[in-house]
Amino acid sequence: MDKIQNNRAWFLVLPVLVIVAFSAVIPLMTVVNYSVNDTFGSNDFFWAGLEWFQDAVTSDRIHEALGRQVLFSGIILAIEVPLGIFIALNMPRQGFWSSLCLVLMALPLLIPFNVVGTIWQIFGRVDIGLLGHTLAALGIDYNYVSDPLAAWITVVVMDVWHWTSLVALLCYAGLQSIPGAFYQAAKIDQASRWSVFRFIELPKMRGVLLIAVLLRFMDSFMIYTEPFVVTGGGPGNSTTFLSIDLVKQAIGQFDLGPAAAFSIMYFLVILLISWVFYTVMTNLDRDGGN
Amino acid sequence: MVQITLRNLAHSYRANPQTEADYALKQMDHVWQDGGAYALLGASGCGKTTLLNIISGLIKPSHGRVLFGDTDVTQADTAARNIAQVFQFPVVYDTMTVRDNLAFPLRNRGKDAAYVKARVDQIAAMIGMEAMLARKARGLTADAKQKISLGRGMVREDVNAILFDEPLTVIDPQMKWELRTQLKSLHRDFGHTMIYVTHDQIEALTFADKVVVMHEGRVVQMGTPEELFEAPAHTFVGYFIGSPGMNFLDATVSGRSARLAGGHEIDLGADHGAPSGRVQLGVRPEYALLADGEGLDLSIRRVEDVGRHRIVRAEIDARPFDIVIPEGVEIPAQPRLTFAPGKINVYADDWRVAPNAGAA
Repeated sequence: MDKIQNNRAWFLVLPVLVIVAFSAVIPLMTVVNYSVNDTFGSNDFFWAGLEWFQDAVTSDRIHEALGRQVLFSGIILAIEVPLGIFIALNMPRQGFWSSLCLVLMALPLLIPFNVVGTIWQIFGRVDIGLLGHTLAALGIDYNYVSDPLAAWITVVVMDVWHWTSLVALLCYAGLQSIPGAFYQAAKIDQASRWSVFRFIELPKMRGVLLIAVLLRFMDSFMIYTEPFVVTGGGPGNSTTFLSIDLVKQAIGQFDLGPAAAFSIMYFLVILLISWVFYTVMTNLDRDGGN
Repeated sequence: MVQITLRNLAHSYRANPQTEADYALKQMDHVWQDGGAYALLGASGCGKTTLLNIISGLIKPSHGRVLFGDTDVTQADTAARNIAQVFQFPVVYDTMTVRDNLAFPLRNRGKDAAYVKARVDQIAAMIGMEAMLARKARGLTADAKQKISLGRGMVREDVNAILFDEPLTVIDPQMKWELRTQLKSLHRDFGHTMIYVTHDQIEALTFADKVVVMHEGRVVQMGTPEELFEAPAHTFVGYFIGSPGMNFLDATVSGRSARLAGGHEIDLGADHGAPSGRVQLGVRPEYALLADGEGLDLSIRRVEDVGRHRIVRAEIDARPFDIVIPEGVEIPAQPRLTFAPGKINVYADDWRVAPNAGAA
């Protein structure tokens, strides 16, 4: 029997193509266009080749921002993932308290990013903030406006407060899906609490942990709003992360060419690291084969 | 290895059970002999898993006591009871190798390495997984995983009892047979008390020395496969055991004779007194005979050939009645129904009325 070929069906894909073109492809190509040209606004472009990319690769300022960014993502992953697992393990599994915990845990996730920043900006102020004032009253020298370490601590604690819930909720979902028989079998096998975690809970959470780590990595690597609201990248450049630096360059200094080159490389770095994460984790998953 | 005694045991999942319907397990008193192979048989939701979990200590009964030997273990947890349990679905530690899985219960109890190795090798041979010992358990088939679960259940020699909760559900039919045979031989070799929960009568009857039939939270009969077949204590047992199940006919009984609703008189072969309530005659399809001439009127709906024998689906007074005809026996042209002498059971309100001894 002959198959009927009807290529008009391709027209049905057209709306999606249009939407994707306007939402992703065209803006991205605009950025690519900027990255290889020099412009002074007013739509005059002068070919610059790879100059901006060379500048970005050799820029000390970007190197430092990248270093801070990697450090920040590393720190918050190192805190949020174990803390999230710990919270998930200790959340009640059913009943009223479980629902209450879930709602409380979800609250920070529902707050807009700039509001989170504002909350902590005020919370940490020495003159009127509950945290800042209390610390000062206790005789602790804490001032995130002038002390880089205090600024870092504030930004990290804020991120932990904001996003640990996500890790905890994902892990909680993973834990809830473990059938009761596993715990019963472990009891019968006289497995210790640590063994139950190591051999039952952790392996069963692997899938959701992969998602949690990926999401937290990507988000933290792109973090902008909260630290911008709290510290504005300061004091000095001490909390100027990649995206803050990028915005300073693009909007503050109106260096559209270098900023475009920078953002393309930024995008590729996130893509690359996420891909490496994903590949490593899924390969770990598969190595049970032999 | 111990004798397990259930004393006045009952269980309800509700905080304040009021009526009998609130109980998942109605009150029961039973003794499970040391070294016996028991099958716990019943339909889904009849309470067999609840009973098993009470014996294993995963559930604390709301009433009554559980004794292992002379020790009251009602409040003791699973580890203290020293039992092994195999669950319905494979429970394996994915990240461990097959060897580590099998060795896990032994290592947790601090057995020395040489003993663990020897024992694991022995069990691996039994479940046919020697070749896979070094492999990670992750990614194995459900069959293989369940074999590991079985192996882990049997690896400890000093257990008081091994409990199986429908362990062969996920196993291929071919493998089922093999594993069941191995369980039996293991039982012969080591003499562990084994309790095997299933809803499959073939599994129960081939595995167990004694089958415990449960119905609606109650143990309705505890007996050998033969007892269950010949003299079911409850209509549920008659209906549940056998394929097809027992036939039931409403009747009034007095002494040796029964009168069916249609007026037909039947000789019971033994004195059953005068039972009251809803009285029924129970006849196995295997003990119903079709013959020319004398007998009960029936109309045949259809005949099913199942290989070794044929099943005649008939009706008596508009109620279904099945008859099993051995291979090679012809169905008469004008069939009438008679019953093998002494093979009729009498039930009053679903419970069997035993014939008076010596009156036969």
